[in-house]
Amino acid sequence: MADSPTTDPLSLENLHASVGIRTGRTHVLTILVENKPGVLSRVAGLFARRGFNIDTLAVGPTDDPDLSRITLTVDGAVHPIDQVTKQLHKLINVIKIRDLEPGEAVQRELAMFKISAEATQRAEVMQIVQIFRGKIVDLSHLTMIVEITGTNEKIAAFDEMIRPFGLVEMARTGEIAISRGRAET
Amino acid sequence: MRAVDALMECLKAEGVEVVFGLPGGANLPTYDAFYDAGIRHVLVRHEAGGGHAAEGYAKATGRVGVCFGTSGPGATNLATPICDAMMDSVPVVFFTGQVRTDLLGTDGFQEADTMGMTLPLVKHSIMIQDPQDLPRAVHEAFHIASTGRPGPVLVDIPVDLSKADIEYIPGGEINLPGYQPTTEGNQRQIRLAAKALAHAKRPIIYAGGGVVNAEASAELIALTRYGKFPITATLMGLGAYPADDPQWVGMLGMHGTRAANYGMDEADLIVAAGARFDDRITGKLDEFAPNAKFIHIDIDPAEISKNVPAHIPIVGDAKNVLSRLLGEYRALEPDASRLDDWWDKVNGWKEKYPLGYEDSEDSEIKPQFMIQALHEATGGNAIVTSDVGQHQMWTAQHYGFPEPRRWINSGGLGTMGFGLPAAIGAQIGCPDSQVVVVAGDGSIQMNSQEFATCVQEKLPIKVFIMNNGYLGMVRQWQELFWDHRYSQVDLQDHSPDWVKLAEAYGLQGVQLTKKESLIDDMKKILDMDGPVLVDVRVTREENTYPMIPAGEPARNMVG
Ligand SMILES: Cc1ncc(C[n+]2csc(CCOP(=O)(O)OP(=O)(O)O)c2C)c(N)n1
Repeated sequence: MADSPTTDPLSLENLHASVGIRTGRTHVLTILVENKPGVLSRVAGLFARRGFNIDTLAVGPTDDPDLSRITLTVDGAVHPIDQVTKQLHKLINVIKIRDLEPGEAVQRELAMFKISAEATQRAEVMQIVQIFRGKIVDLSHLTMIVEITGTNEKIAAFDEMIRPFGLVEMARTGEIAISRGRAET
Repeated sequence: MRAVDALMECLKAEGVEVVFGLPGGANLPTYDAFYDAGIRHVLVRHEAGGGHAAEGYAKATGRVGVCFGTSGPGATNLATPICDAMMDSVPVVFFTGQVRTDLLGTDGFQEADTMGMTLPLVKHSIMIQDPQDLPRAVHEAFHIASTGRPGPVLVDIPVDLSKADIEYIPGGEINLPGYQPTTEGNQRQIRLAAKALAHAKRPIIYAGGGVVNAEASAELIALTRYGKFPITATLMGLGAYPADDPQWVGMLGMHGTRAANYGMDEADLIVAAGARFDDRITGKLDEFAPNAKFIHIDIDPAEISKNVPAHIPIVGDAKNVLSRLLGEYRALEPDASRLDDWWDKVNGWKEKYPLGYEDSEDSEIKPQFMIQALHEATGGNAIVTSDVGQHQMWTAQHYGFPEPRRWINSGGLGTMGFGLPAAIGAQIGCPDSQVVVVAGDGSIQMNSQEFATCVQEKLPIKVFIMNNGYLGMVRQWQELFWDHRYSQVDLQDHSPDWVKLAEAYGLQGVQLTKKESLIDDMKKILDMDGPVLVDVRVTREENTYPMIPAGEPARNMVG
């Protein structure tokens, strides 16, 4: 910026507000929090109170026993993501927040599918499981349980393929993510 | 020593001179420690009174207020003042007792999930799990309450842990890796703001409670005077700029002046300092200040662009930012005469639309006149607390505050019953000041038990009830927007005899009904020793004007 700006023709017209932007994509927020009582309630409560929807949520320990990591996905089409992160930052137990860009992080989710495939269909099911690099972790006369790990797109694709065989139930962990390269998440 | 004795040491180390509270089973050890700790403890008659007293103390002095309550009902009674302190950014530390750790989660006697219940109401809260952590928790609580954007912090202490023996090491460290408020404004942003101001032709300063919290009144005045800018303030910012100054255009918002609201409406540049664009300020959001660009100065980054997108956001302490903004602005040597046309317009509104009212033809006291009379009688120099309703708005409009921390009210939450306990805190914090309450005849009944506290503590507070025999503000809305259907607002024949009530509590009671002698009567009352309760009979159905009907733009002000 010029140092003698009196002569600088700054017109108020040229000032733009660049906030409150809805990005239109899903954001993966990884939040490093202190392991203190109520910290998850604080985060979840804040989302509820400010009307932000959480798409998925995963919580777990980190390499530091005093810290936990909360990974959550938020729809940036619905909420201005800067408001979400600024409100989160106000929580005293929140140490760090990263809004991971799609390309800079590895994202994974684990899902288990209980399928009621009849004996005649099992070969076909196993072939699909193999293509998706899944594992059959339980087998009974009537059902089988398949474990799949991957991005949530992959899990959704598997879901679509397997459903016609008779899906009894499904459980998903919610996504976790870690940044690529040397930088810490 | 016992954890509670360490707690007393920590309070002393924090410079605490007074606390407010009420004991119970779950904080008996704490009260045993108070017995000879040498800290002044003011016994209130309801925990909400204690919380508001701590707020009043904090608002009047700028220091941290402290309040104690027991578990369960003690804690639920504190929910209102905790929320109030959050909404108005008041630094208060609340200590609640909790049931024994082995009873936690069993619905034990007087167990309430105090942490859970208050999570959305606090700036932060700490549950003690290891008594050895108590000293650090206390220091962290004071630090968090009083720095950055101030606010309430709760410390919940299970009763068994409060009795435990701990090793107390004075001067304990605090450890808050996730808490680093930004106080220094960004230099480039400040420079850009100065430049924008220098190019503005219709600028206006909009100051909020953050200026008071930051002790930035002098910096605000210096910038405003140097730039010859018109200035308005929110209900919470009153006094930050002296109300008798020609550049003052009055309060803005729902019951603000036309000059202030029209000024915002037509401004090309608005400097918001420590203010948060509340709906009572903006009215209809998409038609708010349609011609303006915004410089938004706030210590809380989450306030910036929350409601109104800022063109030049500056995160920082208002004192720091305003003083540097003046420096940068001065360096540009702007020509103040560019604002002449703007001032013609603003002054035109000021002249055309003063805050008037129609006086009574007989001796009846008009509520607006009551406030002007109070200004006269106190020389404009009192600390004034208020309840919530019409009387609050009339006080804000007509008292004319010369300095910050003289006007103490519940803005964000609008808590009826705030005025009397807040005055107790203010009077204790400022023993040499004249403290008066402007109360509503409805509101005062929500915390009238604190008259006992006033008498016990020998506080010379003068309580002026603006007695209109109605829940007046609600009646006004019913008159204007609900077709005169007055539903559950008439108090006239069922309020106590205020003079007798005063006497029952052991304070003096006076009734005033005549406008001719009002100022002199008030002067006499102000000279009386001890607390006095004054029942001022005013016009029953008077409306607070002007007014922006809820959800409408400022241009549509009525009255
Ligand atoms: C605790 C609480 N309950 C209800 C309200 C809603 N309310 C706002 S103003 C008001 C009327 C207050 O009456 P009064 O204290 O007599 O003051 P007036 O408006 O007559 O001056 C009410 C009921 C409130 N603000 N706070």
